[in-house]
Amino acid sequence: MTTPAPEAPVTPRSEYEYGFHDDVEALVKLPKGLSREVVNTISDIKEEPDWMRKLRLKALDHFNARPMPEWGGELGDIDFNDIHYYVRATDRDESDWDDVPDYIKDTYDKLGIPEAEKQGLLAGVGAQYDSEVVYHNIREDLEEKGVLFLGTDQALREYPDLVQEYFTTVIPPNDNKFAALNTAVWSGGSFIYVPPGVTVDIPLQAYFRINSEDMGQFERTLIIADEGSQVHYVEGCTAPIYSSDSLHSAVVEIVCKPGSNVRYTTIQNWSNNVYNLVTKRATAYQDAVMTWVDGNLGSKLTMKYPAVYLMEPGAHGEVLSIASAGQGQHQDAGAKIVHAAPNTTSVITSKSLSMDGGRSTYRGLLKVYDGADGCRSNVRCDALMLDEHSRSDTYPVMEIDEKRVDIGHEATVSKVGDEQLFYLMARGLSEAEATKMIVNGFVEPIIKSLPLEYAVEMNRLIELQMDGAIG
Amino acid sequence: MTSPLFEIDALEVAVEDKQIVNGLSLTLEPGEVHAIMGPNGSGKSTLANSLMGHPRYTIAGGDIRLQGTSVVDMPPDERARAGLFLAFQYPTDIPGVSMINFLRRAISARRGEEIPVREYRQLLNEVLGRLQMDEQFVRRYVNDGFSGGEKKRAEILQLGLLQPLVAVMDETDSGLDIDALRIVSEGINTFHSDDNAILLITHYQRILRYVQPDHVHVLIDGQIVESGDASLAERLERDGYEPFMERTKAEVLSS
Ligand SMILES: Nc1ncnc2c1ncn2[C@@H]1O[C@H](COP(=O)(O)OP(=O)(O)OP(=O)(O)O)[C@@H](O)[C@H]1O
Ligand SMILES: [Mg+2]
Repeated sequence: MTTPAPEAPVTPRSEYEYGFHDDVEALVKLPKGLSREVVNTISDIKEEPDWMRKLRLKALDHFNARPMPEWGGELGDIDFNDIHYYVRATDRDESDWDDVPDYIKDTYDKLGIPEAEKQGLLAGVGAQYDSEVVYHNIREDLEEKGVLFLGTDQALREYPDLVQEYFTTVIPPNDNKFAALNTAVWSGGSFIYVPPGVTVDIPLQAYFRINSEDMGQFERTLIIADEGSQVHYVEGCTAPIYSSDSLHSAVVEIVCKPGSNVRYTTIQNWSNNVYNLVTKRATAYQDAVMTWVDGNLGSKLTMKYPAVYLMEPGAHGEVLSIASAGQGQHQDAGAKIVHAAPNTTSVITSKSLSMDGGRSTYRGLLKVYDGADGCRSNVRCDALMLDEHSRSDTYPVMEIDEKRVDIGHEATVSKVGDEQLFYLMARGLSEAEATKMIVNGFVEPIIKSLPLEYAVEMNRLIELQMDGAIG
Repeated sequence: MTSPLFEIDALEVAVEDKQIVNGLSLTLEPGEVHAIMGPNGSGKSTLANSLMGHPRYTIAGGDIRLQGTSVVDMPPDERARAGLFLAFQYPTDIPGVSMINFLRRAISARRGEEIPVREYRQLLNEVLGRLQMDEQFVRRYVNDGFSGGEKKRAEILQLGLLQPLVAVMDETDSGLDIDALRIVSEGINTFHSDDNAILLITHYQRILRYVQPDHVHVLIDGQIVESGDASLAERLERDGYEPFMERTKAEVLSS
């Protein structure tokens, strides 16, 4: 999108290490702009069943009919006619890295993905490059147990009934403007099905990469955890630094059947020219546990509020969220929990940082329906500002329509404390080192809930961002 | 002639435009223990914090020299690395930062090089043992949820690990039970050698029975009004600050 220069130029984070891009002509690149024709073409390319095409077109109408949301971040600079809605680099989704085109494999090598897979740190890996999934593989023993982990397009071809049964059941096409957009032009994303009683012991990981300029990435992820199953899915995201903006607008739907346990971890490290507008929602049935771990470090503007709808007694929902906003960034992130059944429980823990003129917003909704008695919820959101010219806001909304509930809520906004800095400096730590230590401590409650590799990565990314901010 | 280990030279300290320390001078030679006693609000913590370089306290006049070098323009971390140490009256908690991680960073900063893990473990266990502190203690977050006594012990732990040249102890004995007072005092004594000096701020004579001072100073209204040997502390315990206050008043009136 060649948006007119915004007021504050988007300065790429000086430390951003994934800002490179591949100079290769895409195989297919639809002209810029959004129309019925574009939607139809995407559907044609994918040779989709008719119901999907209809759904897309209906969603496009929703998108066109809905106004831009005005309550979140600054969206006025997005020009929907200046985006490529579909860019395909290769025509294949491979399951062997050697078959992936070299220049794409190089990109993932730089990101360390094949290496982590080789070392057995992951149970399965998916990789999306622009609009299409270029690689998917899952450990054989899991495949034998009936675990499905593949690109959503491929799933639609190979398991059309399963996809149709769940697609848009958690997030309807008209849920919000960007969910409608995604439904209209979606491409790629992961499809996971875990059969009853099966435990996927180590994480499945997907890696999302935008390579082309002025493009929109609209992956669609659908996870179905059948009764008593267990799975941890991790996604990472990066993009090159371009002078114009890109759009990433994903939809993630998760169904947690009774007794299942799903954890979804995101480490979002988009470059500072990406609008990241994502809808994520899970439904949790009897005694199921759904956890979102949401790390937002990159992007120009992120608006994302992972949600859990607790549908049956005993269900537990949890959102652990870290956002860090540096120069030219706005992280508008949070969580949404809906207690729709009695004796359901939830925890929201949010830690947001702002530095170097960045802005972070916590936006949360806790809803308890009338009749959902015996619910317990604990909400804690803390914001830390590293300097005077950064900004932090919290908007925790509670709609509690039932009396017999136990709700705890705590919110703090603070600046890196002079007394804490002085204490550490009085022990010989430089101001920069002391600040990092305080920030690390601040995010520690969330970091420690991550598997070690991701904890290390999250800490590293936060430190990198601070290097840019505090020198 | 070599310079003294630590000199406070006609020091004036202000907080928010209010002068608290009024031309205070004190010289510490290697191997010495100096005690400062004074009523609440007389400026003891102000003095201690300003020696360490707290940004809220402005040096309005005078000088502070460590081994002959002025430190007043140094930020706190530089002073610490040069060998100054402050045991805080009210240590700040830093949630999420483990003691074990923090202490390793602090020792490495003081030494100017990373302390090897093995050496660190040994050193840590040795000092923890000496202070009769549980090894699990260092797994906790810095001062977070520590009892008053635990905080004071943690300060002495840091003293033992960092081996400064000059240690300013701001009421490290306050809030300690009888056993803890003995253990903390022993910790100070083990640290103390012919090469370093201690400035002990206290309200009570009882710690001075364990840590014997070479000099005792009485601080009133940001000035030293009387100096003497250990017997001065006993006199204070018996008669209180009243006689000294009367005297400063008289001095002020006659000047
Ligand atoms: N940050 C500050 N802002 C305003 N006044 C201050 C500040 N710090 C100290 N003061 C004032 O300076 C004076 C000396 O305080 P200080 O803490 O140095 O006393 P102290 O001798 O350590 O007392 P105590 O025995 O109670 O610890 C007091 O009147 C106090 O109110
Ligand atoms: Mg004091």
